[in-house]
Amino acid sequence: MSKMSYRDASLAALHEEMRRDPAVWALGEDIADGGVFGQYHGLIEEFGASRIVSTPISESCIMGAAVGAAMVGTRPIVELRFADFALCAMDEMINQAAKARYMFGGQARVPVVIRQPVGMWRSSAAQHSQSLESWYVHVPGLVVLAPGTPADNRGLLKAAIRCDDPVIYMEHKDSWDMTGEVPDDDDEVTPIGVARIDRPGDDVTIVTWSGALQVARQAADAAADKGISAEIVDLRSLWPWDQDAVFGSVEKTGRLLVMHEAVKVCGFGAETAATVTETMGDALRSPARRLGAPRIPIPYAPPLEDLCRVRVADVMTIFEEMKL
Amino acid sequence: MPATSVAPSAQRILGLYATMARIRAFEEATDRAAKEGLVTGAAHLSIGQEAVAAGICGNLRRTDLITSTHRGHGHTLAKGADPLAMMRELFGRAGGTSDGKGGSMHIADFSVGMLGANGIVAAGLPIAAGVAQGKRLLGEDVVVACFFGDGAVNRGPFLEGLNWARIYDLPVLFVCEDNRYAARTRTGDMTGGPGPAARAQSLGVPAHAIDGNDIMALDALAGRLVEDMRPGGGPQFIHALTYRQRGHTVADPGTWRPADERAEFMEHDQMRIARRFLIENDVAMADIDAVETAAGDEMAVVYDTAKDSAWPAAELAARDVQDIGGPA
Repeated sequence: MSKMSYRDASLAALHEEMRRDPAVWALGEDIADGGVFGQYHGLIEEFGASRIVSTPISESCIMGAAVGAAMVGTRPIVELRFADFALCAMDEMINQAAKARYMFGGQARVPVVIRQPVGMWRSSAAQHSQSLESWYVHVPGLVVLAPGTPADNRGLLKAAIRCDDPVIYMEHKDSWDMTGEVPDDDDEVTPIGVARIDRPGDDVTIVTWSGALQVARQAADAAADKGISAEIVDLRSLWPWDQDAVFGSVEKTGRLLVMHEAVKVCGFGAETAATVTETMGDALRSPARRLGAPRIPIPYAPPLEDLCRVRVADVMTIFEEMKL
Repeated sequence: MPATSVAPSAQRILGLYATMARIRAFEEATDRAAKEGLVTGAAHLSIGQEAVAAGICGNLRRTDLITSTHRGHGHTLAKGADPLAMMRELFGRAGGTSDGKGGSMHIADFSVGMLGANGIVAAGLPIAAGVAQGKRLLGEDVVVACFFGDGAVNRGPFLEGLNWARIYDLPVLFVCEDNRYAARTRTGDMTGGPGPAARAQSLGVPAHAIDGNDIMALDALAGRLVEDMRPGGGPQFIHALTYRQRGHTVADPGTWRPADERAEFMEHDQMRIARRFLIENDVAMADIDAVETAAGDEMAVVYDTAKDSAWPAAELAARDVQDIGGPA
């Protein structure tokens, strides 16, 4: 294990996977220069301009070209810079990448990783702050990953690159400098579709992912001070998602809170809560709860932006309502 | 006159004429099938545009690749796909090119280098550019022909794809198959400036305007450009002006267009133009007729066989969605 940042963990994954497989390459704006967040720093020196391809600001073509290149046997890593910009490539992601295999009767595979950093990052406002993971979970054909720790940003990125399906890969923009212990073994990948118990507990299950994991940890600390034992399940993979891990935890605690940074309405928390309720509602000692952003565009001013964040105080209020 | 005395150039055109005749016979069979309810979804016929498919694909190798459009039967057939598998696909039957899961708009045969029709206008340009880029990374020299219609020139991926092929110097032959109508709207009314070729030129892609109904001219131009592009040459652009003799889909008779316009283009039909050339170059009428008869007979068998084919098994509905997280 080595201590490294979330950013460097992703860089390690790229180095390892690009050495392992010469068909892996990356394309996106500024990546030969290190990428907007430095997450491609130094790759050009080792892999050259044919595999670290800086592109024009042409999101449709970045994504569409990746689909074409993937269908003929390469494994592109697409960098879309901000999840908000990925919307300029919606047709290529949803109508092309996600469907080519199916609509061509299995003649094509589209093994692309579509990196699109998500989340609030101080005062980035309405077009640079969104978390739209639930949109992609809705689309058959896509895998959706949202790593919340440095170790997972290495392990899941490696898994995504090795995956034969198109993978929406959402790193949180506020996490690039977060550090943590990261495995060194080249072959250690994080399995897709397997959640991680971030912290064990007995009284309530918090299901979360991505940037909200940090808030969940703070809330669990605050709850512990009041004698409440919260178990945190970091889904990290949203499609497929680890239902067994969630069911197992709720079986134990009898209470469920799903919290995410995305807008609460139609967020993935709704799917999680509904599935638990349908499947094992009798095990719930109080109704399943959700925490997410209000349904407003993300504002610029810090005090207004903060109103869109899930907060420890909100978690504590819900715990009180659960009679914890 | 015995075929041996026919010049090689005329023999070549007779071969391309056979491709055109097969496409037309396939499309006529599709039209008949649609009217009989056998084609359950939309199908877009390329009757009147066959020369473009035949002329371009006739200059490609089997290892070369193409991308196509919603009006893609001709390109698929010209690239070498099996018409029976194609017709089964249109009928939604087992044994179709996509197991009956794609239909006309998603017809594809990767085994002959046909990487898919597309229901989204202009989607093929970025894909074709990426196909060329991917093949280059793998060290394989291929030419990629990208077919699209005149409507595509007003979508963003047209600009992005052409620019992309230029800056990375990719061997993509962009073929704007201009049938003059974007669905039911005259493309000229919706297109600013001097048109598709000028747009390509403005991005540094050499562009060539041509009569898309003239198979001889198309064959010569495509042959020259493909040769220049192999290996390592950059993109080229053909603006092939042709005419969609039928409506937008099989459900549209297309009679809303001016009668004199339709009459003019029926007169300028590519089959007629090719026949005239063949006769002038000493190909026997009987040989030309034999080509057409063979095409008609072939597609009649295709039609009957497809009609008698089974529906896809129910379990295919959930197959090929995704490896991880697919339907249980």
